[in-house]
Amino acid sequence: MTEIALTLTDAHASTARRARRQRLQDAAFRNATLAFALLVLLILGGVTVSLIDGALPALRAFGFGFVGTEVWNPVSEEFGALAPIYGTLVTSVIAMAVGIPVSFGIALFITEMCPAWLKRPLGVAIELLAGIPSIIYGIWGLFVFAPFMQSTIQPFLINTLGQIPGIGNLFMGPPYGIGILTAGLILGIMVLPFITSITRDVFETVPPMVRESAYGLGATTWEVVWNVVLPYTRTGVVGGVMLGLGRALGETMAVTFVIGNAHRISSSIMAPGTTISASIANEFTEAVGDVYTSSLVALGLILFLITFAVLSIAKLMLLRLQRKAGV
Amino acid sequence: MTMSNSATLATPIGGLYHRRRIANKLALSLALGAAGFGLFWLVAILWTLLYNGLSAINLSLFTENTPPPGGEGGLLNAIFGSVVMTAVATAVGTPVGVMAGTYLAEFGRNTKLAEVVRFINDVLLSAPSIMVGLFVYEVLVIRMGHFSAWAGAMALAVLVIPVVVRTTEDMLKLVPNSLREAAAALGAPQWKVITMVAYRAARNGMITGMLLAVARISGETAPLLFTALNNQFWSADMNAPMANLPVVIFQYAMSPYEDWRQLAWGGALLITVAILLLNIGARLLAGLGTTRK
Repeated sequence: MTEIALTLTDAHASTARRARRQRLQDAAFRNATLAFALLVLLILGGVTVSLIDGALPALRAFGFGFVGTEVWNPVSEEFGALAPIYGTLVTSVIAMAVGIPVSFGIALFITEMCPAWLKRPLGVAIELLAGIPSIIYGIWGLFVFAPFMQSTIQPFLINTLGQIPGIGNLFMGPPYGIGILTAGLILGIMVLPFITSITRDVFETVPPMVRESAYGLGATTWEVVWNVVLPYTRTGVVGGVMLGLGRALGETMAVTFVIGNAHRISSSIMAPGTTISASIANEFTEAVGDVYTSSLVALGLILFLITFAVLSIAKLMLLRLQRKAGV
Repeated sequence: MTMSNSATLATPIGGLYHRRRIANKLALSLALGAAGFGLFWLVAILWTLLYNGLSAINLSLFTENTPPPGGEGGLLNAIFGSVVMTAVATAVGTPVGVMAGTYLAEFGRNTKLAEVVRFINDVLLSAPSIMVGLFVYEVLVIRMGHFSAWAGAMALAVLVIPVVVRTTEDMLKLVPNSLREAAAALGAPQWKVITMVAYRAARNGMITGMLLAVARISGETAPLLFTALNNQFWSADMNAPMANLPVVIFQYAMSPYEDWRQLAWGGALLITVAILLLNIGARLLAGLGTTRK
């Protein structure tokens, strides 16, 4: 009798022990996952701190004038970020000018015009293309696209647009092949898959009923897209475009191959130039002296601030669309 | 007869309906043109890659080390370096990403903290990879005093994390709550519910995420430029600079030597094929997961 009671209390005690152990394990597991989630924040914090830390010597030496001066002279150790910033912005603008209409066209084609059997393969192909590393675009740009630009496109531009007073200044000078325009166009091709896949995805969030109501009222395909689909998905499309812009701004290898790495601002977009990421990629391992290295890190800091702002806006817009769609 | 008459009546040249139809035709042809234009360039890139790359692929590409200019050689040390660094980066980054993703999906579903982490993670997901290179340079390379394969692998691991966090969270959210409740009702503690039930149900999706992360980092060049640097010789020392395909391609393509350029094309084709295979594999696996459910 007593023996049984003893084993019972024993059992109780061991159950309690086990429950306590499980609670401890649960807490440990939960806190471990929490720690790793915080690590994600820590990485961003680490990137920020290390970039600021590395940029300090340059910012101390040049102050805020760093952002506004064009000079880049490793010999006299004078550095300014204006030319790379200019190059980054101009190549991205060219990329967006090409990328936005074309990816909009592809997305429109996939969602509204293409036969059902082609829809999936095309969508998958676009997503696969988004996975191709940027160095491939770079090597293609250097060996195929730049010579083509030099022999065909640029002479044509110089002889036509280059003759017009005013905007002609943009298309002047010898056809180098490499340069701002070439880099911008390659970026434009590169961002196509990114923008297209997001645009297509948000186009498909439009409820079929909304779309079909418009068709039922007699609207043409174009009117449905322009007056119904696009207003409905505006924030999402802008978000996708901003995401593509973030890629274009920070893209390194595709640009480094064909930009020419010249730290100057030319009036012509066909002249060689440089971007922030291309400067860093080209010069960082060769940079001698603290000020030179630090100036390159300072460039990285500027790029970080720009892309962080752009990507945050993109993310916020996509989130807003998601809330609206109730996903 | 009457039908066609009424049709012509309804669409007088210059009438509203006529103009709308013209506008529609015009816009749709432009869209078609844009689609054709975009796809043309993307196909052109793949075609050149295949054309130039195939002629560079031979046995010595896989059996010999990178040559000095003018010499015969292959990419063996670069392939080895890429595989090693990618493997280490995946081994380090995946557990971190899985744990963080678990927090987002299981514990912090609607908390403010999770929202912030999710947001920052998405920003990291498309942040320029060259900044990760700078970060690791500042944190590891300067402290260690030299470039090393460890630094390269860490830079790649930082890129793995956001991809895995994202897919882990998405996949865990797809696991029906009834599964978790059933396990909890049997008395399983939460950590067992997650690791033995939720993970198992989401396994295919999580492996897909890992494969996508591997595909992403195996072509990354910018973060390796000043972390792993490059090495012309065979090296298996994680503490020393290590050759890797992307940086070798970059150097060789920019060089004036014809045989180096040839090797660069071969390497470019290798990377692209590997990445496409990884992507396709990941997609097939993800497809398997959804059909079984």
